[in-house]
Amino acid sequence: MSARMPLRETLEVLRAERRAGDVVITSMGSAREWMAMGPLDPLDFVFVPSSMGEAVPLGLGMALAQPTRRVIACSGDGSLLMNLGSLVTIASEAPENLVVLIFANGVYEVTGAQPIPGRDVDFATMARASGIGSVFRFSDIAAWTVGARTALGERGPICIVLDVAPLPDAVGPRSPGPTLARAAAFAAALQQR
Amino acid sequence: MTEPSAADTGRAIADLFAAMGITHVISVPDSTIGPWHAALDAHPSLRLVRVCREGEAWAVAGGLHLGGARPLLLIQCTGLFESGDSLRNIVHDWKLPIFSVIGYRSYLNQSTLPGDTCLVFTEPVLSAWQIDWKLVTDTVDYGEIRTHYERCRAAGIAGAIVVAEGRA
Repeated sequence: MSARMPLRETLEVLRAERRAGDVVITSMGSAREWMAMGPLDPLDFVFVPSSMGEAVPLGLGMALAQPTRRVIACSGDGSLLMNLGSLVTIASEAPENLVVLIFANGVYEVTGAQPIPGRDVDFATMARASGIGSVFRFSDIAAWTVGARTALGERGPICIVLDVAPLPDAVGPRSPGPTLARAAAFAAALQQR
Repeated sequence: MTEPSAADTGRAIADLFAAMGITHVISVPDSTIGPWHAALDAHPSLRLVRVCREGEAWAVAGGLHLGGARPLLLIQCTGLFESGDSLRNIVHDWKLPIFSVIGYRSYLNQSTLPGDTCLVFTEPVLSAWQIDWKLVTDTVDYGEIRTHYERCRAAGIAGAIVVAEGRA
């Protein structure tokens, strides 16, 4: 991996390109940064506590249930490795409104930045080989800033790999509140016409 | 009385799920529930979502539930064992009342797998995960699936029907 972007800056681009009505699911490092960037939107699903690797299938379920909404599911590379088959499931179900953002930093960041198995795993090629047609990879913040709208606007399912730099000494995200109430509020917002 | 064919059972199950108001069936097949897939796939009121592993199924179902759909998991008990952390997260962390129909491998016949440890672990694992489950041992009792589903739905809790299976 030749270049890596700052995680926070990649998420700022996503914030700028998010449309009203979009669902954004964050987990692990993306959840920590997303919560620190400002107030949450009712359609933000901060997947904390989580089960590693399940943010993407959670997003698939939301996308199938709400086909008129764009659902953006953020996953780390280590998390995705726990559920690589989910890329195949997504390709099979082919939801046009689902975007998978893979933040590839090469480490399990929140446990102390231990390396994930493999070096320079090519998630973009894996996504294509799984049958996902719209696949992008960005390693440069300027390119991501310019290309995000086009990539996010493709016909889904979409997979976007973002090469990001690990944050030394980063900690795991803290739950923003009781899950029962958060799930109910989010479901109400998600199902609102 | 002649046992119904797998295809007939599949059609009856699909009609039953549709009558329950189920919108999506998320499944990994086994040799008993797999032959039901064709009928589930063909039913106009149901969408069969084939996933790669059962842990994935709980999260897909969780997303569907949050989005206002009515999902049901259709998996084997071995897939229940595989589901662990995802089940814990969806059902207990997030308290989403996901209902499942779980095939109980070797319950009726151990000729293929003598000493099948599914018989040792299925019931304790369901209880350990605090799932409100019922066992159905005969196809004529499949109506119990709806009864238990409606009871769990009214209570807002996760539930399961464990379907006794024959040879693996």
